[in-house]
Amino acid sequence: MLKRTPLYESHQALNAKLIDFGGWEMPVQYTSILDEHNTVRKAAGIFDISHMGEFFVTGTGAQEFLNSALTNDVTKLAPGQGQYTLMCNERGGVVDDLYLYCLGLGNYLLIVNASRIAADFAWLQGLHEKHPNASKIKLDEKSASYGAVAVQGPNVAKFIDAAFPSDVAVSTLAKNEIRMVSFRGELIYIARTGYTGEDGFEIISPAPLIAPVWEECLRSGKDHGLKPCGLGARDTLRLESCYPLYGHELNDTTSPIEAGVGFFVALDKPQFVGAEVLREQKANGPAKRLVAFKMTGKSPPPRQDYAIWSADGSQKLGAITSGTQSPTLGVGLGLGYVPPSHAATDTSLQIEIRGNKFPAVVVKKPFYKRSAGL
Amino acid sequence: MSSKVPSDLRYAKTHEWVRVAGEYATIGITDHAQHELTDVVFVELPKQGRALKAGESCAVVESVKTASDIYTPISGEVTAINDAVVANPALVNTDPYGEGWFFKIKLTNPAEAQNLLSAEDYGKQVNA
Repeated sequence: MLKRTPLYESHQALNAKLIDFGGWEMPVQYTSILDEHNTVRKAAGIFDISHMGEFFVTGTGAQEFLNSALTNDVTKLAPGQGQYTLMCNERGGVVDDLYLYCLGLGNYLLIVNASRIAADFAWLQGLHEKHPNASKIKLDEKSASYGAVAVQGPNVAKFIDAAFPSDVAVSTLAKNEIRMVSFRGELIYIARTGYTGEDGFEIISPAPLIAPVWEECLRSGKDHGLKPCGLGARDTLRLESCYPLYGHELNDTTSPIEAGVGFFVALDKPQFVGAEVLREQKANGPAKRLVAFKMTGKSPPPRQDYAIWSADGSQKLGAITSGTQSPTLGVGLGLGYVPPSHAATDTSLQIEIRGNKFPAVVVKKPFYKRSAGL
Repeated sequence: MSSKVPSDLRYAKTHEWVRVAGEYATIGITDHAQHELTDVVFVELPKQGRALKAGESCAVVESVKTASDIYTPISGEVTAINDAVVANPALVNTDPYGEGWFFKIKLTNPAEAQNLLSAEDYGKQVNA
């Protein structure tokens, strides 16, 4: 039996096409992936992300504990700020990538991938048990108690204040900031974050309140072109923005340095899980690198697991981790791992598709970057 | 949502349609198939002159999310392919039974058409 989010009935009422997404029955699209993708790039879209996990880590030892468990520098977060970060194993492989928010002193919220909730919590519990200050740290897995939506696109800032009136306007949140807002007499979290490459907000509320949040966004955003969007568009949007996806670009045998997210690894921190391997990789260079590539002629869309070859077709270099026909750019593009010798921008490659090889070229990340604003 | 199933065509369980005209037939994918695939972004068709056996995988249709094999429902030699649908794959979504056709073949054995589903039977399969 697939798990359902508190918004399942809303998806059904909208005639969404539902799929099994890592054990969750989720909308892949409502009308068309292309339409929904373009709606987010040009206007605004709302996504159900209630399947994602929420952990709370609290107590006087919380900051120090998280700083030893996660790759980014937790001490840089003031209350009300968030950061993208990763959790690694001792080999430098990625247990998960996540968002960490500091809600207050000794009060942290972790938003983790749906498919990794159980693995992540078990991993954190394991670290907690061994931690000298374990009694001053409390871990809570509250994923089932919370729902979440992402509202994304250039028009979102035009209606978010109308949807969630607050003494300090929600639209004044800076990128990666989070704030508690009163909604229907209860407190919800609103963060200026997202996974689409557009401006936008992610709203996390107690599970029973997420349907009213969804309805309120649709009502306030209607005149600004807001439409419900599925995981299909979420995937093409994040891929154009070169955001990695766990299980594709990231896994427990691939490091953040290899995946090109070393910016979120604070190697200068005293100690954290995986530090030795990551420092070594940073100093000597990793064995493989994640590259972004574009097809250079007419070809079928590149897809996950297709082989990547050297330009002359003599050497198999690696495989695609994510690929698609880009709705915004109109070309086939993707991400994949190759040896550092073939990772430089402008390196010619070939992609093998159903036995035929098609030319491609390594390009600078991301494929798409919005022109202005946050 | 009910899919269109024109009454003058024959169908395969695998969601291809066949329009038989004497010794020739036109083949494409059904309204139900295009709806399930969603936005078609690439179509790969068999070469002209290729001899196909009923049930043989001979074309690929790709949506944003997936690549799907297309099987010829009937045997014959490919006499024409639809260049328009190769240039503009969205025709599969907008007009699956018209401008979105895939290829034409000269039938090896026109009697094979009798093995295919009627519109009524195919309609029962997809609109149940």
